[in-house]
Amino acid sequence: MTVLLIALGAAVGAPLRYLTDRAVQSRHASPFPWGTLTVNVVGSLVLGALVAAPVGPAVSALLGTGFCGALTTYSTFGYETLRLARDGSRLLALVNALTSVAAGLGAATLGYAATRALVG
Amino acid sequence: MTEPTPRRVDPDVDLRVPADRGELRAHPAVVLGVIAAGGVLGALARAGVQAAFPHPPTGFGWATFGVNVSGCLLIGALMAVVTTGRVPPLTRPFLGVGVLGGYTTFSTYVVDVRQAAAAGAAGTALAYLAATLLGAVAAVWVGDAAGRLLGRATGAREGETATGRPGADGARADGGPS
Repeated sequence: MTVLLIALGAAVGAPLRYLTDRAVQSRHASPFPWGTLTVNVVGSLVLGALVAAPVGPAVSALLGTGFCGALTTYSTFGYETLRLARDGSRLLALVNALTSVAAGLGAATLGYAATRALVG
Repeated sequence: MTEPTPRRVDPDVDLRVPADRGELRAHPAVVLGVIAAGGVLGALARAGVQAAFPHPPTGFGWATFGVNVSGCLLIGALMAVVTTGRVPPLTRPFLGVGVLGGYTTFSTYVVDVRQAAAAGAAGTALAYLAATLLGAVAAVWVGDAAGRLLGRATGAREGETATGRPGADGARADGGPS
């Protein structure tokens, strides 16, 4: 059952990452990977909120391991960071790495705090 | 080295690359379907590793660290082969966007960092944060180097059979060993 829930969450999360990336990247011309940053920050916010919520293992498998896990990505983020550095934009690579980590951590913390405030 | 199209930054979808730009409109169901299928396989592999190597709230998340760094090694190799060699059309959406995107995770990474810091293990949180970040970028670099060798080997072999001799003759006309 857990396997099915993880699979279901990932089957939605992975294509949603691709579609979000396309939508965000089509709105600007710079090589900066705003699309990947967007999915990673949104997924971190949702997972941060989820781990503070009184939910069972089924919901965690579906939304946490499956959906948030597949919506967010480290491989794409790592590749983009190296690519930016290689293409002569070391500053942009550093900004991407630091912004992603800081915004992701901030979003996870915000999500966690919001859930705690709501459920008490 | 100059190239006609800008070099890809985003391995998932780079709209400056013509093939990426047109793929969704050309085959929306197939592209999204292989991404979903790959994402399921990757997520289940990640869940398996995480279940096999659990860690306490104050501990170093070795499972997720291993997943993210190995996923970065593989995306480096995959994209090098995709850009330098010849691969079937859905290779990038299936393996890159789907399998490796679903396998690696950014959300679990930051949530684990936050959890360790909140549990009083600030040192572990910082070590995990930095080790994953540096390990990931280094892994992409190593994977890319390995993939280039592989892609060049397969690309060169296919190039010889596909284009025949004229190009090679022209190139060797000026002083190459006969």
